[in-house]
Amino acid sequence: MKRVVITGAGTINALGHDVAQTQEAMREGRCGIGELEFRDVDRLAIRIGGQVRGYDAEAVFNRQQLALYDRFTQFTLLAARQAMAQSGLEFSGELANKSGVVLGTSGGGLTTQDENYRAVYEEGKNRVHPFVVPKLMNNAAASHVSMEFNLRGPSFTVATACASSNHAMGQAFQMIRTGMCTAMITGGSESMLCFGGVKAWEGLRVMTKDACRPFSATRNGMVQGEGAGIFVFEEYEHAKARGATILAEVLGFAMTSDAADIVMPSKQGAARAISGALADARIDKTRVGYVNAHGTGTAANDKTECAAVADVFGTHADKLMMSSTKSMHGHLIGGTGAVELLACLMALNEGIIAPTINYEEPDPECALDVVPNEAREAEVDVVLTNAFAFGGLNAVLALGRV
Amino acid sequence: MDVKDQVIAIIAEQAMLEPSDVALDSTPEDLGIDSLGLVETIFAIEEAFDISVPFNANDPTASDFDISSVAKIIEGIQTLIKEQSS
Repeated sequence: MKRVVITGAGTINALGHDVAQTQEAMREGRCGIGELEFRDVDRLAIRIGGQVRGYDAEAVFNRQQLALYDRFTQFTLLAARQAMAQSGLEFSGELANKSGVVLGTSGGGLTTQDENYRAVYEEGKNRVHPFVVPKLMNNAAASHVSMEFNLRGPSFTVATACASSNHAMGQAFQMIRTGMCTAMITGGSESMLCFGGVKAWEGLRVMTKDACRPFSATRNGMVQGEGAGIFVFEEYEHAKARGATILAEVLGFAMTSDAADIVMPSKQGAARAISGALADARIDKTRVGYVNAHGTGTAANDKTECAAVADVFGTHADKLMMSSTKSMHGHLIGGTGAVELLACLMALNEGIIAPTINYEEPDPECALDVVPNEAREAEVDVVLTNAFAFGGLNAVLALGRV
Repeated sequence: MDVKDQVIAIIAEQAMLEPSDVALDSTPEDLGIDSLGLVETIFAIEEAFDISVPFNANDPTASDFDISSVAKIIEGIQTLIKEQSS
């Protein structure tokens, strides 16, 4: 089995337009959530979100590119460019043939769908732009990444709601580990912050109108975010031979299905994914110092997740830290695990644990060290990142330093 | 702007050229407009004149609409405007 390392990272999200800005915000416990700004927001009951601000698409992409790139694709390409620049990789010849792109998204080009449904249904237009289909399709971002960087191997998109990017990164990891691929661009992207996107979530009544407060007894729901997190995963010997900077090693991955309920999480499903990732990584649970929680800020997720962690880790659960950075950047749905991986890289490389902000009051059902409100310095050896999706599909990655 | 100038302006924008650089005898290919670009051009023309252009991207040469040169495109548009406004 090959070892798999991360040699590049990129992002754009509510906390920043690159990794440095995002990690700085995580260190400072800054909140990127604010009033939503888009057409018809006054018709929504939920008006807050982790929106990407200060972003001018026309300064980055030309008119013809914008005709084809939905916002989720734009975010993906921006983050991929950063990750590729950091990795220093160039894809040609046999390396290009053995490298690919696996990305996660849930809504894909949802903004494009929303705008065009509005045009034909509300405005009564009978003609839509010819690129609606190639712009909205869920694999558009993966395809544009493959085109921009000449990745000619296995490439596809996975959609498992809130676990999409963890499933994507897990796939990329396994493809390199088995020797099928040499390098992969992976992660995820989401852009659902438009009228239809938020209206649909509003219907489920799990969204908060004020703030995302994971694990706090006062929590009252989730807040949506948007953006992308993109990474270059690379076979260890290949990275070492070219002298690449290694950000972390991906040690293990597991995925499970609750096979129970379409929205309610299951402690057993989550626990099996966590213990599965540890078993896959062949690491003792006592080595885990930090868990980046799924931590959505809903009543159901947070208590179920804490119970699952307590079950898996036993007495060690009281020694590890677990935080939810969704309190700062919101829930990026299909892109969330990818942006949250940046908190894991920060923990491993800088010894700084991102906090769970907006924490007000302990909840006896979430009685773990959730790193409330302020970042903490701590040396950690192994970290986990959890994602538990609607539909009961769970994906957990284990990472460590090389 | 008359129909001719408007069509040239749409084609020029698609080709990222100045309208003065769009010669009447050039083909879409000469101007660097690929198949996807041609579909987008037709869409922009339909929007501008509120007409329906019988253009089939599966096989553009088999369409009733002649796209062999800028002049032919303009001619076709003028005919369609007359037909579809009556």
